[in-house]
Amino acid sequence: MKPVEVSKELTPDAFVVLEKTGISRRQFIARSGALIVGFSMAGLTTDLMSPGSAEAQRLDGAGSSRLDSWIAIGADGNVTAYTGKCELGQGLYTAQKQLIAEELSVPFDRVKLIQCDTALTPDQGTTSGAQSHPTNFNNKNLALACATAREALLQRASAQLGVPVDRLAVKDGMIHAKADSSKSVSYAELIGGRTFGIPLNPAAKRKHPNEWTVLGKPVPREEIPAIVAGQFEFVHNVRVPSMLHGQVVRPPAVGATLVGVDDSSVRDIPGIVKVVVKKNFVGVVAEKPWQALQAANKLKVTWTLGTGLPAQRDFYEYLRNQKPTRDTFLLNSKDVDEKLSSAARIVKATYHYPYQMHGSVGSSCAVGDVKDGKATIWSATQAVYPLKNSIATVLGLTPENVRVIFRLGSGCYGINGADTVSYDAALLSQAVGKPVRVQLTRKDEMAWENYGFAFVIDQRAGLDDGGTITTWDHESWAPALGGRPGPSDPGNVITGFLAGFQPAAFTPRTPAPDPTDFSNGSNAAPSYVTGCVGGRCEGTGAVTSQRVLTHNVKSLFWTGPLRSPARLQNTFAHESFMDELASVAKADPVDYRLRHLRDPRLIEVVKSVAKAANWQTRPSPRSGMRRTGIAAGRGVSCVLYEGDNGYCAMVAEVEVNQDTGQITATRLVIASDCGPISNPDGLRNQLEGGALHGLSRTLLEEVKWDDQKVVSIDWSTYPPLYLGAAVPKIETILINRSDGSTMGAGETAITVTAAAIANAVFDATGARIRQVPFSRERVKAALDGRT
Amino acid sequence: MSVMNLRVNGQRHSVDVDPATPLLYVLSDDLALRGPKFGCGLGQCGSCTVIVKGQAIRSCITPVAEVAGSEITTLEGLGTIEKPHPIQKAFIDEQAMQCGFCINGVIMTAKAFLDRNPKATDAEIRQAMSGVLCRCHGHGRMIRAIKRYGQEVKA
Repeated sequence: MKPVEVSKELTPDAFVVLEKTGISRRQFIARSGALIVGFSMAGLTTDLMSPGSAEAQRLDGAGSSRLDSWIAIGADGNVTAYTGKCELGQGLYTAQKQLIAEELSVPFDRVKLIQCDTALTPDQGTTSGAQSHPTNFNNKNLALACATAREALLQRASAQLGVPVDRLAVKDGMIHAKADSSKSVSYAELIGGRTFGIPLNPAAKRKHPNEWTVLGKPVPREEIPAIVAGQFEFVHNVRVPSMLHGQVVRPPAVGATLVGVDDSSVRDIPGIVKVVVKKNFVGVVAEKPWQALQAANKLKVTWTLGTGLPAQRDFYEYLRNQKPTRDTFLLNSKDVDEKLSSAARIVKATYHYPYQMHGSVGSSCAVGDVKDGKATIWSATQAVYPLKNSIATVLGLTPENVRVIFRLGSGCYGINGADTVSYDAALLSQAVGKPVRVQLTRKDEMAWENYGFAFVIDQRAGLDDGGTITTWDHESWAPALGGRPGPSDPGNVITGFLAGFQPAAFTPRTPAPDPTDFSNGSNAAPSYVTGCVGGRCEGTGAVTSQRVLTHNVKSLFWTGPLRSPARLQNTFAHESFMDELASVAKADPVDYRLRHLRDPRLIEVVKSVAKAANWQTRPSPRSGMRRTGIAAGRGVSCVLYEGDNGYCAMVAEVEVNQDTGQITATRLVIASDCGPISNPDGLRNQLEGGALHGLSRTLLEEVKWDDQKVVSIDWSTYPPLYLGAAVPKIETILINRSDGSTMGAGETAITVTAAAIANAVFDATGARIRQVPFSRERVKAALDGRT
Repeated sequence: MSVMNLRVNGQRHSVDVDPATPLLYVLSDDLALRGPKFGCGLGQCGSCTVIVKGQAIRSCITPVAEVAGSEITTLEGLGTIEKPHPIQKAFIDEQAMQCGFCINGVIMTAKAFLDRNPKATDAEIRQAMSGVLCRCHGHGRMIRAIKRYGQEVKA
């Protein structure tokens, strides 16, 4: 494979990383074949993983079957590893270093990790789900590479020492005979500075979690000392020679198109370099960022009127009645109507969830350097490899001539503005032939990001005489437009659309075909049904009569994955409704759940959280409550995230001020089972942050609009949960399952929060809140509506 | 454009900029400092906070001309990776962050407040932090780290 020459394009920080591995700039090029093994698309054609760009865009990416693409061991024994899964603030960089040190049996501090650079690291698609997807932990790719390397080194050592492999032991990069420790050889002696030249071995054996000494430990995050000292290079801090600064001018209304731009309106602004127009994309480039901002504000741009937006107060009715739809049966046992007609009691409820935004604290930023038919982009994208391909489309280049280098941005929680601002920087740089940095204004970020999905969810269930659920009927409506961009649909984000590309096509489908395969990736099926399709039952519950019908419709605004996309909205409806059913059955909410669950691990997290919270068994609402003043209550909620990717249960304790409608969460107890735990402190941090993020979204967050445009454009019009807010005490119970497979945990706690709060409010007051956010006005209205 | 003389973290700098330029732009672009960050440009989130005359100010809405001649302290002026300031160390010890973008505003706001109010109660600390935003929602750990530093200031 051809080594990749990268030195000219590296930032000073990248040099520091490389130099710490013991490679000078000069050596870097000379020795890159040996130590830094470049990556090309040709390397994807392997016997292990499928080739092709479509495959490469999958969450798990195509990776590489070549060991040398993942691991290099230097002459000094230091290990350099390459990963396509990026640190997004979730602790993945440190967790991956733990994994490498563990599997290779080398000290943690002798491992260097290079992450997410399309010229250097294997294509691993998208890093999504904040510690929430097993592939993020490189359960197969990087871990398999480490295991392959370790076994290869043991075999070499066996030949060199004349000792069978099973009589060798490894410690700190040194292999020695168990019986005679004087017979030893180091990794450096065996391979240092040379390539392995072998493929990954799918049969290479990973260490059992019971043997772990580095993984499974609360190793502190490696970036934190540099971040607190103000030395860390975020994407916002990337500076390259001759760099200019850009700002964009977005349309004033949804659907507005460009009529004209008067360049002369900014001619007198010092430092102005160029006004850039490409179809409906408008931007300015200046020498200084302040000049660029002033020019963007002053530039005279004429737009058509917007296409108009439906009134927000009628939005959920609009959503429910919108045509055309794309209909999907996730489950259909075809006996639901019959079971409902024979039920002793039918219970119905409708839940509403608003559009919400990622609302990263730092607006999105990127640096583009496009000239001579080549592009280098510094981006905080979750998806360097897909972005490389879609930027090629946007710029009219071939993907081989585009390089995307990841730098950490402001916490993203999904597709915030990182991809769209990468297009902004690329387009502006292409127009001026010099590097351009763009950081969006707060308004440009908030008004046009890919929002989390709004939802309308109808639930219906039949109960028998004893209160047991006999059938569950779920029907939902959710709007979508765009999402993560690919090479054929850069219009999935606003900049791509403005520059003339379409979002992924919406394909209506009515009626929904019969389900052929059950996958609960969006948690559209409740935990309490059997999930039977074609004779296979992969649900976690006991209810056999089940219907789950979803309708996708075209969205007013761009949408995309926002932490626990659709899983959170569906779980809010399922776990709230389960509580309503328990109340109708006059059963304790924990007992009632356990009565309808089959999955032993889901049962265990529910039992664990109830025990830790000192849950008092009784039906909700509590008896003897008063109608005024402060009322206290507790609620429970649980999920198997994505149907197979992390168990979580939460008990929330709240106080409700019945005079004002103010909800205060006082305590959140969370039980998590995500298989063997890589880093328990990192896991707790994710659970705690997820729970509070969930609280903020439950109580406060909602995108608002008028008849033309989004009006949630800053933190006063989209109020968040500030640091000074009274936050609940959070307790986490970690169930470490060394024999289980790795699962996610970054999005489990947030998924159960809204329902746990709603159920606690009901327990405290008898008022049921079925619409997010639980604003004071909405809660007060529900309290006043109590009979 | 006019020449401004600034004192940042004990060093003198001369920059030739529009006097209306927000201080943040000068710090992060002209002086290439990485501590203060652009979060909203509206003074609503705290990411850009620096300390001037013992007060935490929002550099994204402070014209550079207003602070010319004053000593300006940024996050990198507190301590280093090797020798972190006690408040920086408290955040390391508590692992009190996720993405870390907001940490400049959190640390600089808390430090300015506690240095002036060493006997502050928990409620007063929360009040002082009520305009600072962390969207990873590391609230619990951050408040713990701030209190840990508060104990040191008191001692």
